[in-house]
Amino acid sequence: MIMQKKTKFIALLSAALLLTASTAIAEEDFWDWIGHGTVQGWRGVGVKPVDNKQYKEECGSCHFAYQPGLLPEKSWEKLLTAAGLHDHFGEVADLDKETLQAIREYVLANSAEKSYYKIARKITIATEDGPAPLRITEVRYIKRKHNDIPAKMVKDNKDVKSLSYCNACHTKAEKGIFKEDTVSIPNYPDY
Amino acid sequence: MKKLHTLIFCLTLAAPAVALATPATDAEFAQFKKEGATTFSAENGKKNWSKEVTSKDGDKRSCTSCHDADLTKAGQHNKTKKVIDPMAPSVNADRYTDQKKIEKWFKRNCEWTWGRECTAQEKGDFLKFLMGGN
Repeated sequence: MIMQKKTKFIALLSAALLLTASTAIAEEDFWDWIGHGTVQGWRGVGVKPVDNKQYKEECGSCHFAYQPGLLPEKSWEKLLTAAGLHDHFGEVADLDKETLQAIREYVLANSAEKSYYKIARKITIATEDGPAPLRITEVRYIKRKHNDIPAKMVKDNKDVKSLSYCNACHTKAEKGIFKEDTVSIPNYPDY
Repeated sequence: MKKLHTLIFCLTLAAPAVALATPATDAEFAQFKKEGATTFSAENGKKNWSKEVTSKDGDKRSCTSCHDADLTKAGQHNKTKKVIDPMAPSVNADRYTDQKKIEKWFKRNCEWTWGRECTAQEKGDFLKFLMGGN
């Protein structure tokens, strides 16, 4: 009897521990976890977060480190060449040969069409035909998603300026999450 | 004992004021000398830091387009608006610890700002100025 009681107590205690731990995780991370396709067979909702230190450092030292899934392969192929980076939208972004090679490989292996994340799929479809867009903001799907936002909130908003600054409004952009409920437009708290 | 403490305290205060050489900066200066430069002047570096050059697009550019004139303050990329950490090693210990990184940024930034690569002399002057030397 005593033995049984003890077993029961331990069982209850472990159950309680498991429960408290998992509710905490569930509240914080459950949807991120689901959203990032950790569960086999689920389609991620956003875009795969950057998981390459070199890419994050080299590209992210000047601008938001755009996830490779935000453009198709044919776009990255044009952007990530020695000549392409020498005139990178008017900036000189030269990389040494080995670094460029490593970054190019990482990006091409993770471009939009290689991903099952929702945004990557949408971008793949939107760019299937026609010339390769060089800017993410030129992608039809991205344009459509933002076309109801008035200019005063983006272009004429001194803390935003352009759609290129993803993380000016998308508070979880770095995690690859661009859902509407994670948007906070500077100077327009009620939008 | 108290005297020793005072001495240590004073040294701690004085430390940021001297140029903070690293193996990377030593290697850089050695390289610049190999390329023909002899002495380096922080004063010239400072002058060049704010020297304006008109780009092929017609706008005026200088180092201070993106970096602050005050090296202990953060700058801002003129296009992407990304914050650029202070250049002074006295407030940003990461600076000038990696020779490859120093060369990468000299190459990119000289080309963007002045439309050409900097000479060994110019780079040496810059580096001396940036490190906080006189």
